[in-house]
Amino acid sequence: MDFSITPDQRLMQESLARTLADVSGLERVRRFAGDPADKGADVYAALADFGLTGLIIPEEYGGLGLGLLGAALAAEALGAAVAPGPFLGACVLAPLALRLAGSKAQQGEWLPKIAAGQVVAGVAIAEQVAGARDGAGVTASGGKLTGKALFVTDALIADLFIVADQAGGLHLVRGDAAGLTRSAMISIDLTRPLGEVVFAATPAEPLDGGDGALAALRDAGWTLLAADTLGAAQVMIDKAVDYAKERRQFGRVIGSFQAVKHMCAEMIAELEPCRSLVWYAAYAFDDAPDEASLTAAHAKAHTSEVGRFIARTATEVHGGMGITDLLGLHFWFKRIGLNRQLLGGPERVRRLAAQIQGLTA
Amino acid sequence: MDLKLTPQMEAFREEVRGFLAAHRDHYAGGVAGSRPREAALEWQRLLIEQGYAARTIPKAYGGYGAEPDILKTRIIAEEFTRAGAPRGFANQGISMLVPTLLEVGSEEQKTRWIGPTLRGEVVWCQGYSEPGAGSDLASLQTKAVEDGEDFIISGSKIWTSTAAQADMIFCLVRTEPDAAKHDGISYILFPMTTPGIEVRPLKTMTGSAEFNEVFFTDVRVPQSAVVGGRGRGWFVANATLKHERGMLGDPNATEARLHSLIELMKTERVDGERLIDNPVMCDRLMQLQARVMAMKFNGLRLLTASMTGEPAGMAGLVVKLQGCELNHQIAALAIDALGELGVLYEDGPHLRAKGSWQWNYMFDLGLIIGGGTAQIQKNIIAERGLALPREPKLASV
Repeated sequence: MDFSITPDQRLMQESLARTLADVSGLERVRRFAGDPADKGADVYAALADFGLTGLIIPEEYGGLGLGLLGAALAAEALGAAVAPGPFLGACVLAPLALRLAGSKAQQGEWLPKIAAGQVVAGVAIAEQVAGARDGAGVTASGGKLTGKALFVTDALIADLFIVADQAGGLHLVRGDAAGLTRSAMISIDLTRPLGEVVFAATPAEPLDGGDGALAALRDAGWTLLAADTLGAAQVMIDKAVDYAKERRQFGRVIGSFQAVKHMCAEMIAELEPCRSLVWYAAYAFDDAPDEASLTAAHAKAHTSEVGRFIARTATEVHGGMGITDLLGLHFWFKRIGLNRQLLGGPERVRRLAAQIQGLTA
Repeated sequence: MDLKLTPQMEAFREEVRGFLAAHRDHYAGGVAGSRPREAALEWQRLLIEQGYAARTIPKAYGGYGAEPDILKTRIIAEEFTRAGAPRGFANQGISMLVPTLLEVGSEEQKTRWIGPTLRGEVVWCQGYSEPGAGSDLASLQTKAVEDGEDFIISGSKIWTSTAAQADMIFCLVRTEPDAAKHDGISYILFPMTTPGIEVRPLKTMTGSAEFNEVFFTDVRVPQSAVVGGRGRGWFVANATLKHERGMLGDPNATEARLHSLIELMKTERVDGERLIDNPVMCDRLMQLQARVMAMKFNGLRLLTASMTGEPAGMAGLVVKLQGCELNHQIAALAIDALGELGVLYEDGPHLRAKGSWQWNYMFDLGLIIGGGTAQIQKNIIAERGLALPREPKLASV
């Protein structure tokens, strides 16, 4: 019985954090966020070099072959660094879809390229997980897809798409396929671009893994969004605590006032148990499949709630400086804000959590 | 992360399960109570003999004498919860005094008190808080004045649970009036039958007296009854306060309570609809389930840390604050889900769960306050966990 992160896993996470500090400091994040033409190629190349693009891809295809816990620890580091560019869809969900539902030929064609960072894959599963809005939804017929998908990860730069249709089937679509058009959806979080992809009788290859694969993508997505929030929220607390130790008012550092001190204590008291919940959800994905969906749902919904509380409270601890662009705290605030809504807000996810365990119909 | 148990541990689990199945008759009727009855004493003796209670207390002092093995302790806890079997006594004598004596007691004190305490033959109460010394416990004023070989103790204590049933008290008294606040306190043991002690029940909002006030008027106690040295009482008591806080946030108990709530919401109906089918109530239930899970996994993390000897850090500091609040919220949802039925309290045809949800809701508010208030917990988290500075001390207010 060992409920902890191994020294190797910790080392990987710390090493990733150092890499991110080198290639993607706050100034780099600002440039990415401020320039739509900036695709973050330098950052992605460094992350591919680190092995992030092949994190969960089997070694036979040039990856590291880690489980979801490894990916969650990476997501935590990326959230902590508000790292710009692809990860959730491109480095985890897309290869996972190929791993779970792809044929040998599909795996052999795409996984090595994804692992090498040569191909970025967008993932379009929002309608099937978070619900269809504004007439979105994709239907499959005769090897062609029609309809539109919203909130597609890295939609503008993707070379390849993994698309869920309305019946829950998964498809692989090439970025240059006929009848495919894409446009940006600009969210609060400018570090992770999203987009809308329209399919007009667009040729697609089925990924035959079926419903089980889509549910697995959902669970993995929920867990990694929670892990990203965990990392981002921890940094917000660290920054708030540091600020409370430095900032003086009324002749004292503000952290000596219980009103401020208790805000800090409440934040960490809420976040610390989330760490165990996220670890467990990620562990369950590979090692306790019966519990995977429920723990992923709870990790997503609960960490989102805690994340929102921390994002606003840590900002408040900074006083007026907290809301300035200059300080940059808002990058973390917005990161947490996007994680909360993507793949379903807490209320929707909790409704699913009750259904997953058979409590409600 | 590897939560699988070794075959030896699985075998141990089977052993506990087998014992509980074979002894169902011993506990089916319920054996608990603050003044143990004969059946409860017998159950406790059986548990010690099996190593399911007093497991790591040395044999010489009346325990089972096993090496500490946190995993086995946890398996025992899980199986007892699963079977609905009462655990060994968890009174203040066992959970607070015994560890204290093991740590700093004299050989004579250990031999004399630990065995009878473990077996439930001697019941203790804790004399810490005073009317003027709550969160600021070290300002306590009950004084013990030297008189020959004895102390003469005068003053009063409050929030003393089981004082009316207790044989003995472990008590903090001020023995060195001229010493600094934290250095003038001694930790002392004496019988509740000593002349000059008056116990008055302290009725709370639940309607029953879970606590007492205790008044001391010239109570004569031998100086030899001090534990851990004169003037060292603050440090002696602090060593065991952490045991109390750990006990107050036990995730197993919280999980059991959540299961009762889920059962309630699945079986109770209003207008023919199950309570759980009300989307708002279901949403609140799921919020609590996520919190219960998070605290359960936090507990597993603490367990691993204590097995490997690593400091538990923040994960340990938050348990009392979060655990007590969570218990309170579970009771609150049960009341809300029951609607009008949720207010019933006295026995009658419509009462659910013997009124325990309301009782828990009120009693648990006391637990949020007791054992270090939520606000004191936040100070501890901020100062020890986050290294934020202490509130500057004022000369006077």
